Parts: sequence; structure tokens; C-alpha cells
Amino acid sequence: MNRRDFLKGATSLSVGASFLPLFKVLPASAASQETAVVVMGGTINSLDIHRSGTNRDSYQVAINCYDRLVSFGTKQMPDGSLSYDYDNVAPELAESWEISDDGTVMTFTIREGATFWDGKPVTAHDVKWSLDRAVSLGGFPTVQMKAGRLSSPEQFEAVDDRTFRITLPFSSKLALPDLATPIPIIINSEVAKANATEDDPWATEYLHRNPAGSGAYKVARWDAGQQLVYERNDNWAGGPVPGYARVILREVPAQSTRRALIERGSVSVSQNIPNKDAKELASKPGVKVVSTPIENCIFSLCTNLDFEPFKDKRVRQAVAWSIPYQKIFEQAAYEQGVPMWGGTNTVDEIAWPQKSPYSQNLEKAKALLAEAGYEDGFDVPLSFSLSHADWAEPAALLIQQGLADIGIRATIEKIPGANWRTIALVEKKLPLHLENFGGWLNTPDYYFYWAYIKGNLFNSYNYDNPEMAKLVDDTLDMAMDHPDYAPNVKRMIELAFDEIPRIPLWQPTLNVALNASVGGYEYWFHRQMDIRVLKPV
Amino acid sequence: MSPIWLKVRRVALRLLQAVPTVFGILVVCFLLTRALPGDPAAYFAGMMADEASIEEVRRNLGLDQPMPVQFVTYLKDLMQGDLGMAVSTGQPVMDELANRLPASLELTLCALLLSFLIAVPLGVLAATRPNTWIDHLCRFLVTAGVSLPTFFTGLALMYVFYYLLDWAPAPMGRLDMMYLPPEPVTGFLTIDTVIAGEWEVLGAALAQLALPVITLALFTLAPIARMTRAAMLQTLSSDFVRTARAAGLSGRRVLVTYAFRNALLPVVTTLGMVFSFVLGANVLVEKVFAWPGIGSFAVEALVVSDYASVQGFVLSMALLFVALNLLIDVIYTLIDPRVGEEA
Repeated sequence: MNRRDFLKGATSLSVGASFLPLFKVLPASAASQETAVVVMGGTINSLDIHRSGTNRDSYQVAINCYDRLVSFGTKQMPDGSLSYDYDNVAPELAESWEISDDGTVMTFTIREGATFWDGKPVTAHDVKWSLDRAVSLGGFPTVQMKAGRLSSPEQFEAVDDRTFRITLPFSSKLALPDLATPIPIIINSEVAKANATEDDPWATEYLHRNPAGSGAYKVARWDAGQQLVYERNDNWAGGPVPGYARVILREVPAQSTRRALIERGSVSVSQNIPNKDAKELASKPGVKVVSTPIENCIFSLCTNLDFEPFKDKRVRQAVAWSIPYQKIFEQAAYEQGVPMWGGTNTVDEIAWPQKSPYSQNLEKAKALLAEAGYEDGFDVPLSFSLSHADWAEPAALLIQQGLADIGIRATIEKIPGANWRTIALVEKKLPLHLENFGGWLNTPDYYFYWAYIKGNLFNSYNYDNPEMAKLVDDTLDMAMDHPDYAPNVKRMIELAFDEIPRIPLWQPTLNVALNASVGGYEYWFHRQMDIRVLKPV
Repeated sequence: MSPIWLKVRRVALRLLQAVPTVFGILVVCFLLTRALPGDPAAYFAGMMADEASIEEVRRNLGLDQPMPVQFVTYLKDLMQGDLGMAVSTGQPVMDELANRLPASLELTLCALLLSFLIAVPLGVLAATRPNTWIDHLCRFLVTAGVSLPTFFTGLALMYVFYYLLDWAPAPMGRLDMMYLPPEPVTGFLTIDTVIAGEWEVLGAALAQLALPVITLALFTLAPIARMTRAAMLQTLSSDFVRTARAAGLSGRRVLVTYAFRNALLPVVTTLGMVFSFVLGANVLVEKVFAWPGIGSFAVEALVVSDYASVQGFVLSMALLFVALNLLIDVIYTLIDPRVGEEA
């Protein structure tokens, strides 16, 4: 079809459509079978997830346009919505796999008949080239691969066209799930190599703009900064054929505009809406809001152990007893999320996140402060990142009030989003700050590894405890059915709650607003829109 | 020397004089962006990156070189027309500017045109009928237009005309996704669709332009209307207008041929000034209406310390400014023959 015919067809379908929202004019065709429109506030800056500088929002291209060896299955949440299932690793491009008895060798059989968009079959050689690329290009992709104990091309071997082998340095429960994260995509290595140069052996310039994959959707058009148009790959072998033939992703920076669009029915999906809008949109006709608690993620207040008063555990506990948790949950979270305070005094289970034993108890807080010798309180700056202002600002104001009630004078410091990483996570010099880390791999020890080991990125408060370090080191790769696993995790949580350098506030939700005509939405840990499962209802 | 040659020589001299200015702007911008807090390497290395990967990204971005070396590299690339890579959007800066500048220019020029068409008659009427209801209306309109922030006006208009009344199309950018854009000739959708003869697309583009243009026009009404009114008042009380009236010329002739043309000079200056600040300041309108313009591009780039983009933006603005000033001076000579006398 050439452009003229397309326009003629479009015109005959939509007389005066320029003055009406999309779905009002094309109720049957657009909303039902053909096209979905997704709006988001961020911007896609590359179609290549391994490239240096690719931002978070661009990961959805890797998710929708490329396949991995494995994926996660689906489970149903208590409220009826769907979510990925961390405990159920499902085949995607690998139809089956075997793990050796000692757990160090994983052998995958590539699906028969799986082809790239140009018709070439997917082979183990493509898998090797792609995984080598993921561990060699550096940046976040390499770090994430390493988290699954995949760090060197020597670990990857294409035994024959359909058999691929990964050798681990030691057995780890994190390796297989790591292969289902967005990073280890399978790229059409022949196309890539044809477009590689001496300076650019991994074809980063080409793949930046031209995906070469086997995934459920191809990129029909990318107008950087405006829109990305996905077109269905009807020969997709990695799963059931997707519901929409075309999905248009539009970048709309202003949240108010996105809200107006979804309320009026001009778009099918609005991703990642703030808590306030989630609460208000839930009652509007024609719109459904799905709020899923983000696994392994807690919004927390962190007390830096490099700051003199916080070196004493009693002061940190006093801070934990002074926070007005319920008010914060109502005013910052608009009650979207799971409360993380007021739990039992002993750690009885290993489910994570779980409630800390703290709640607002000003008497206890003052007593602890007095015991530690700080009856007169002290001054401390309370910092948060402006990119999280929608929840962090109200939370910070309430925390400031709570601290004032026990004599600690906190001054609010807002740090621009672009500087946050360097100051908070790399230099680790903020005495008291709000943090939002969530781990992609859903085990408690994974969370503790990133947040409680000295020097690791999300330990922005310089916590250092040899007992914790040893526990995490022992447990990180341990299988979950190992007899030592549960006791170790319980002890980790006990330590974390007793020493309380990181005070849990609440577990946030990922809120997505969908037009009533769209179904199939599934929550994923990467918090991006997986359009492969969307379908018209 | 022939007059044409004189004019050309003057234009050329003016352009040459602009070169040191532009160079100075480049240096200042270069230093300022690098003096800002924030580490672009850390930002672009991504969330989970460690020291090593941040250093790698820094090397890739060329930020590990000493400042003078970076500046020389920048100038060298500039000579070849390479403005660098915009890390925040993944596109070459030149491409971004080529796409976004026409988008912002189209919006700004249409808004100024609309604003001019409303403000000038309003100002003239207010001047010829001082202290009547039309004078008060003029005052009211301009005060309201300039004191309401543009994002508020934009959101209010969108709420009324799109959300409530359904008259305006979905505010999702320059063109509804049903339509494919025409062959890019100038980058202005309105002009390119006319060139390509695609009338439905022209209609769609104009519909998408409507709300943002009205928002901006409301904002730019104030200076133009007030300046027109003030200039007209002054001209109308001048000697030559009194003479013309005394000589018996009709009211209309006096107004249009004599008074208005003389009052136009300060209005043109105001237009130039308004254009320059609106071009950059329409960031908020761009954000609300998802307009892929240069203002939001520059602000985003600044927030993430994307040096190449910010420098590219400042350079293009500086050049635009030079061209604009030149254009205004040329228009002056057309309106007022006395101005061109100094050769």
C-alpha cells in the first residue's frame, strides 16, 4: 500500500477525524482489531539496549522487538490482574533446557522453526554473538548480566546450530532468571556483522536505529522524540500471536495531557501514572487502572552511617519510631501501595518486602534519643531526587514534621534528577535521604546484596556489617530450597530491622491506566509496557 | 556605487561583525555547561552502572580530556558541520535541530501572525477611541493574556476545547497519527503540505496547531497591542497628522497612510523582541501539547547535562538572533526611508 492509498483510505474512514478523538470516529476498527495507542512521558533514545547511554524508557524496544532464551510465565494477583511469575521460567526462543547436577552447566535447545524477521533461522551462533555483546559492551547491561554470574564470552558456547551451552563459575539461582531480563536479547548476528565496521565490531551504530531481531513486533517507524510505531510480526515463534497488528507509542511529556487523553478515550494505554491520578481515574467510566505492587522494591528513608549522630543504632531507631507512616501513606502514596511498617517484633517469614516492626511512637523515639545522648536533637539535611518529587516531596515534609517532634531539625534539600546518582549513589554523602531501589530479580538476598553490602551502588548510606556481608555472600547464589536459605534470610532481615539504616516506608505500585477496550495487560518487574500480551476485548 | 551593491555590502559587514559575537557565545556556553553540577557520564551510564562503566561512558563521550582539548575538538567538528551526538535522544544534534527548529518556528510564527492580526487593530482602535469601552477591553485582554502563565492557558484551553467540547483534536503533537507527514522541504508542515498538495494533511496540521497557537498568541498580545496603542497615540498627536487633518484629508487616509505607517516602526521592534523570547520560552506550551520543539529539547538536555545538545541549541539561537536583527533592520529601511541614509 502506498501513501496515497493509505491516505485515501484513512480519509474515507474518518471524515472530520482531525476534529475528533481517534477512537470516537473509529469505534469498531481502531479499538477492536487493529491499532492500540500507548502514551508515555519519557522518551526513547535508542533501539539498542546494549548501547552506551540508552535510557530506561528505551528498554521496551528490547522487550517487544527482541526475544530472549527464556521468559517468565504469568500469574494472577489477588485483585485479578496479571503479573509475570518469577518462580516460573518459561520457554521463549529456547524450547527446553537442562541444568547439570552440580548446577554449573545450562544447555538450551533452540526452538525449531524460530526465524528472524528476514527469514533466517535463529541459531545458537546468533545466541553466542548476542550474549557476548551483552557482556562486552559495558555499562548497565554488563552489570546486570554479571548479577546472573554471566560475565565473560568464554562462558558461552554454541555446541551446534540448535544447542547452546552456558557454563557458570558456580551454581547460582540467579543465572536462569537473569536470562529473562530485558538485557540478553538475541540479535540477528549475520545482519549485525554485515553492518559492523572495524571501529564498531558490535554494530552499535547500525543497531541503534535498525533493530534486527526475531521478536513479536518490528519497528515500522521511529520519529525520535515523537513516536514509535510497532508492527506485528505474524511469524513470531516465541509465544502466542499478539492481539494488536499495530501499536503506536506517542511521547507526551505533560502528565495532565496524558490524563486528558486517556479519560477522553483518545489513547488505549497510559503507562506509569502517578498515585494521585491512579486513585482518581479508577472511578472514571471507560478507564480501568491496574495498580500492581512493585516486587522487591521499597520506598525508604536512609540514614547515612558516615554522619556522626547516625553512627549510633539507637539514633537510627529513634528516627524510625518518629515517622508518621500512616499520613505519609495517605498523602504521598494516595494509599496506592503496601504499608511497610507496624509488623511483628520477630521475623517469622522470608517473604520480602515485609513490614518493619516500627510505627510512629514518639515516646519511644525520644527515650532512645536521650539514651544516645541527643536529647537536644541535632540538625540534618533531608534530601530527595526531584525526579521522584511526586511522592518524595510530601513524604519529606511529613518526615520533617515527625523529626521535629523529637527535636531533630531537618532541612529539606531537593537534588536535581541528573545529579542524584552521582551525589547519592556514587559519592554516598547524603546524611538523610529518600531512596527507591527495587531489584529486578525477585529474591530478598538480591535486594540485600545491592542495598546492604558496603560499596554496592544502592547502599547509599555506607552500611557495613561483616555478619550481613557474610550472610549475603553465602546466600546470594544458594538455591531457595537449600536448608540454610530460610534461616539466613531471616537473620538478614532481623539485622536489617535491628540496625535499621534503611527505614521502609511503603512498597510502591506501578499504576497503568487502560481504556476499557484493552485487555491482557501484565505487570513486569522492568516496569515497561510489554505490548505483546495486549489484546482487544 | 550602485544602491544594490551598497545594501549587499552593508549586509555582509553586519554578518561579519556577528562572527566574534557568536564565537564569544560559544565559549561562554561551553564553559558554563561544564561548570554546572551533575555528571553526564554517571547519568548516561545508567542506574546500575559501577565506577568502571561510568568511566567507560565518560571516555565514549570524550569527557575525560582536558577542557581546552575538548573545546578544540568541538570547534574542529563544528567546521565540518558536526555538532555532536545528543546523548539524551540518541540522535545527532544537527538532525535534532533540523527537525525541531522548524517545529518551534512554525508555532511561533503562526502565533505571532495571529497575535499581530488581533493586537494591531485592537491597539489602533484603542488609540483612536481613548477611554471608551474598546480601550478598556484592550487593556483587559492584554493584562489577562500576559499575567496568566502559558502552561495554565494551554491547559485551560485544552480542558475546554478538547476535554469538554471535543472541538480540538487530541493534543499529541504536530500531526494526528492517522496521517503521514508530507515530504520535508522546509520542515513547516503548513508549507510542505501545500507544496505536496495534500489538503487533508494540511487540515490536520492546522487543527493540531490551533490550540498551541492560540495559547501563545494570548501571551504575545500584550506587548504588541500596548506598543501599537502607544505609538499610534504619539503619532496621532504629532504635527504632520495635524497638518494632514487641517489640509482636509479624510480620517481614514490620515490614519492608514500617514499615522499608521509611522507608528509601525516601534511595533516592528517589539515584534522582533517578542519573537526572540517566545521561541525559547514556549517550552511549557511544547510540553503541554507534546510539540516536538526546540525549547523542550534544550531544557531536557540541560537537565541531564547533555553538553553537545545545549551548545548546539545556543549556537543555533545565536545565529537566528543575528539573522533576525538583520531582517528587522532591512524592514526598517523599507518602512522608513530615512533609516537607510547612513551608508
